[in-house]
Amino acid sequence: MANVASTTASAGSELTARALREAVFSGLITLGLFVLFVGLKSDQNIRNELILNQRWSLLAIFVVVAMVGRFLMVAYAQPWLAQRKAVKAAAPEVAKEESFFSRNFSKIAILALVLYPPVIIALFGVQGSLKWVDNFGVQILIYVMLAWGLNIVVGLAGLLDLGYVAFYAVGAYSYALLSSYFGLSFWVLLPVAGLLAACWGVVLGFPVLRLRGDYLAIVTLAFGEIIRLVLINWTEVTKGTFGVSGIAKATLFGIKFDASKDGFAALMGLPLSSAYYKIFLFYLILGLALLTAFVTIRLRRMPVGRAWEALREDEIACRSLGINTTTTKLTAFATGAMFGGFAGSFFAVRQGFVSPESFVFLESAVILAIVVLGGMGSLTGIFVAAVVMIGGTEILRELTFLKMIFGPNFTPELYRMLIFGLAMVVVMVWKPRGFVGSREPTAFLRERKAVSGSFTKEGHG
Amino acid sequence: MEYFIQQLVNGLTLGSIYGMIAIGYTMVYGIIGMINFAHGDIFMLGGFAALIVFLLLTTFMAGVPVVLALLLMMIVGMLTAALWNWTIERVAYRPLRGSFRLAPLITAIGMSIVLSNFIQVTQGPRNKPIPPLVSSVYDLFGITVSLKQIIIVVITAILLSVFWYIVNRTPLGRAQRATEQDSKMAALLGVDVDRTISVTFIMGAALAAVAGTMYLMYYGVVVFTDGFAPGVKAFTAAVLGGIGSLPGAVLGGLLIGLIESLWSAYFTIDYKDVATFSILAIVLIFKPSGILGRPEVEKV
Repeated sequence: MANVASTTASAGSELTARALREAVFSGLITLGLFVLFVGLKSDQNIRNELILNQRWSLLAIFVVVAMVGRFLMVAYAQPWLAQRKAVKAAAPEVAKEESFFSRNFSKIAILALVLYPPVIIALFGVQGSLKWVDNFGVQILIYVMLAWGLNIVVGLAGLLDLGYVAFYAVGAYSYALLSSYFGLSFWVLLPVAGLLAACWGVVLGFPVLRLRGDYLAIVTLAFGEIIRLVLINWTEVTKGTFGVSGIAKATLFGIKFDASKDGFAALMGLPLSSAYYKIFLFYLILGLALLTAFVTIRLRRMPVGRAWEALREDEIACRSLGINTTTTKLTAFATGAMFGGFAGSFFAVRQGFVSPESFVFLESAVILAIVVLGGMGSLTGIFVAAVVMIGGTEILRELTFLKMIFGPNFTPELYRMLIFGLAMVVVMVWKPRGFVGSREPTAFLRERKAVSGSFTKEGHG
Repeated sequence: MEYFIQQLVNGLTLGSIYGMIAIGYTMVYGIIGMINFAHGDIFMLGGFAALIVFLLLTTFMAGVPVVLALLLMMIVGMLTAALWNWTIERVAYRPLRGSFRLAPLITAIGMSIVLSNFIQVTQGPRNKPIPPLVSSVYDLFGITVSLKQIIIVVITAILLSVFWYIVNRTPLGRAQRATEQDSKMAALLGVDVDRTISVTFIMGAALAAVAGTMYLMYYGVVVFTDGFAPGVKAFTAAVLGGIGSLPGAVLGGLLIGLIESLWSAYFTIDYKDVATFSILAIVLIFKPSGILGRPEVEKV
């Protein structure tokens, strides 16, 4: 007995020693990483010269946090995780009945979204609902729609597109320019914007059809940048970096949302508020997003959707089975681009202002990140990812209580993108297949086989 | 004619910087087949490290000779950038090796966002101008060549020779090339694949940091967003030259630099990046493997 106790004791001290060693090691690395950037800060003095401010205490905090964190990780967290894994492996897998909630997730989610604005109004009042409906509802749904649109290209057809924001820009500028130059209404221009974006999708699609994988990625990235640069520099038409402002608002069957006599508020006998327009926009983008989802789901069951999935899994097999890869890729690009165009014209009508600033590469990256984090191809997963990533960064704006902890100069907004980036890395490392990882083909012969898409390597899209 | 040669000189300088960054992209792509999106930001980080070393030197050791200052900036920048890239590889890319193709790309994009925002948060969002380090200018047959340009081209040439030697003549380089060809087979034959990949990241980061230092010296200013545009152009250069090929990366970098400066000189400066990207698209469409790349063989 004593023997056993001593071995566990020595194992424990060995573990502690290892943890200490690793803690010191990671402390040193943290010191090396941060000594120049956290320990010292370059600031401009009054004469506009750069001087250095020293912040050694902040650096010390970083190093200590890293050391303690690593120590706890090695000494306690890792053995505990290993133990849990062993217990889990020993217990036989019990096939769990899917709960009512997870079975009907999409229906419940749609119902919740439809009920969201009235509930918010009931909770916060008409004026108080502005922030929640606009910043959280509309903002998140725009990204949901964009990600669902990109999902057709990346998730279904397996073509890596890093310039999706270009189609978003095409849609936004189509609406902004056509409505301000020709005075056309939103409802006329919405399909036009989608069509124009789809045309651009085909224009981009033609040359890149020969390319595969990462070459495709870099060319689409270049295309996105070209569109943005043209928008900046073609000042006669696009007004360059100043952007197009004063874009006409959308109307509901001809009813305007303004203070006029036959405006929405006056007709309904409600007090004047900008919140009604935001709620209208919320339902508009909800409808557009659901349209995207509906089309995606239906297309997946059509020959063209099947061809996309086949293309993603294996391009060579696809070609040898007589699928025309050219038209398949083109339709994927055009369909994805069309939804990007819809979302773009919605963006223009929501902001009332568009400028090339809104269509930088970072946007493409964020949309792609949502698609991949959600689990490519899974509409539910992408929705969850958009809520978590976009909603999470929006919430950071609201965290005013942090000011009490870190002092009045602390601005959480500054850390928004930093945390977004970190979240991207952490979620990806933790769940490489995304929140809802499924690449199972929707078409199968007689029965679902265990060896499905998730085990095979992807084709060279 | 003199104007043309002048632009050639300017383009070569710019192209050397792109070439140095492009090597990092091409080596990492060659060895693990991923686009290291954070590489452009490692370049920016190297520039910032050099900036802070420069400020340290001017504050605490005024009167240091310029050569020594530049050398110190370069070395500290290389060490810092290498440590960052090594850590990033360990934390964000290694756990995803063998996962599906897009996963490391997403973490790389995430890391790129993290790096640029980290610098923004810790060092502030404003431009960081420094007084000119070297300002001598020579006049050769009517063409103005500054000492800065000579330094950049010479350092690029030296580093390239060193890298070429390492990759082609040393055991480390042999391990790298073996891993690039077939990492499983290399591991079976006793190559420490993980270590080789780490070293590749360290080498790429060191070169990017040198490029960052040169960039700071050449333009005299650095800002936290500086990683993106040179990063994309350097990746374009790597693809243009044939990804996976070291001389290709440099050739691509020089070409991109030349295209940029010649286009700005003879056409409009506004559309210089459009020209660069259009040429990339055209080259890829007609020669998808790049100028010096090996054509990919499709295996079934």
